[in-house]
Amino acid sequence: MKIGVLALQGDFREHLLAAKQSGHAALTVRRIDELAEVDALIIPGGESTTIAQLARTFGLFEEIKKHISAGMPVYGSCAGMILLADRIVDGAVGQETFGGIDMTVRRNAFGRQVDSFESDLNFAGSQMRAVFIRAPWVEEVSNSVQVLAEVLASDGKRHPVAVRQGSLLATSFHPELTGDLRVHRYFFDQVCVGAIK
Amino acid sequence: MSEAVGTARVKRGMAEMLKGGVIMDVVNAEQAKIAQDAGACAVMALERVPADIRAQGGVARMSDPDMIEKIKAAVTIPVMAKARIGHFVEARILESLGVDYIDESEVLTPSDYENHIDKWDFKVPFVCGATNLGEALRRINEGAAMIRSKGEAGTGDVSNAMMHMRKIGGEIRRLSSMREDELYVAAKELQAPYALVKEVAETGKLPVVLFTAGGIATPADAALMMQMGADGVFIGSGIFKSGDPAKRASACVKATTFFDDAKVLADVSRGLGDAMVGINVADLPAPHRLAERGW
Repeated sequence: MKIGVLALQGDFREHLLAAKQSGHAALTVRRIDELAEVDALIIPGGESTTIAQLARTFGLFEEIKKHISAGMPVYGSCAGMILLADRIVDGAVGQETFGGIDMTVRRNAFGRQVDSFESDLNFAGSQMRAVFIRAPWVEEVSNSVQVLAEVLASDGKRHPVAVRQGSLLATSFHPELTGDLRVHRYFFDQVCVGAIK
Repeated sequence: MSEAVGTARVKRGMAEMLKGGVIMDVVNAEQAKIAQDAGACAVMALERVPADIRAQGGVARMSDPDMIEKIKAAVTIPVMAKARIGHFVEARILESLGVDYIDESEVLTPSDYENHIDKWDFKVPFVCGATNLGEALRRINEGAAMIRSKGEAGTGDVSNAMMHMRKIGGEIRRLSSMREDELYVAAKELQAPYALVKEVAETGKLPVVLFTAGGIATPADAALMMQMGADGVFIGSGIFKSGDPAKRASACVKATTFFDDAKVLADVSRGLGDAMVGINVADLPAPHRLAERGW
């Protein structure tokens, strides 16, 4: 498969590496014609306001929304999760998202950088170490969204931190930082396969 | 489930998220909002930008916590703040305020001319300046989770940042070409720990993210630094000392993403109004050069 990684800002190089290590062609996507070349898209960690602003300026914003509606498989980590959420809370004033997953995501839900943490969790049946950096959590999901991982947060509730709806996958944490390819492989093998026409 | 905060992975990972972005100096909430709207990936909260510190002189210190709090409340992007070199109490205060990154900065007046802060001892991550590889590795050894070239802050003259990026890059390339048994002497010459020298020789890069800072004033400057291998850019006085800060800020953000596309760079460079006037580094008497602070 040809995996595109949105390379406007953030840790896109780590996602490119994860795609290559999983045996796929990995391409950077900064322009509309580059988006048209790829079978699936990864939205990296970074600043969601920065990524959305650059996507808007260079005409990618509506184009990504169109591809999502048309069923392109997309995986977003952290900022990517925010950008795939239909609704966000605690965002910047007027902050826009691509949307696609019927959920509400709270930005910086776990707190500021001093509260950033790593923790063991169960992702779709696999135990793994997950890194959360100024991470969002999922506040609520509709019935059509499948929860793949949760953590017990400081508010005493369990919050989803990995979700899937159809061909869209999102995680609050950063598998691209731990060198553990299992989340990427889940995306390529479970989500992309079948979704790519 | 073992949960851990303040680990090296969490601190260094935070810097990974800033890559490909622009971090802008701001002195109030209004500027912070302009920076965020322009697409800054973080802001540096400080009382005076380096150009004013230079012009006004005197001892430059950590900013007023009230002012940092106001900036934190105004934006959703990360907020950084500066502590003086070696001033671990200023750093503790900034950590307690919940700033997302501390810059142990030569732009402020050093509080200690021998020791830097023991940065391992903090949950908050630190970025430190470096003019060469040895200095960068000494800071990483003390716990810095991100490095930036020093440049010559507050001048609008990019030549020193260029020199530091070339120096750091050149020294990394030299290590990569060495025989393993030559790395001991290389470590001695760099005055850096052998383990870090060996790691750099093997991977061909620093173990942490490398930004550039000091004298960047135009979109072309930002793109130049990205082409020199910087992971991202700090812009201090260059934005809010210019004629049209919002437009220039947005242009620098675009130039940092499309650093290799001359057409985009030409487009964003149009009609930006006056750039900061600036000072040639060569005209600065040596005692007023900030990059020489830190060791």
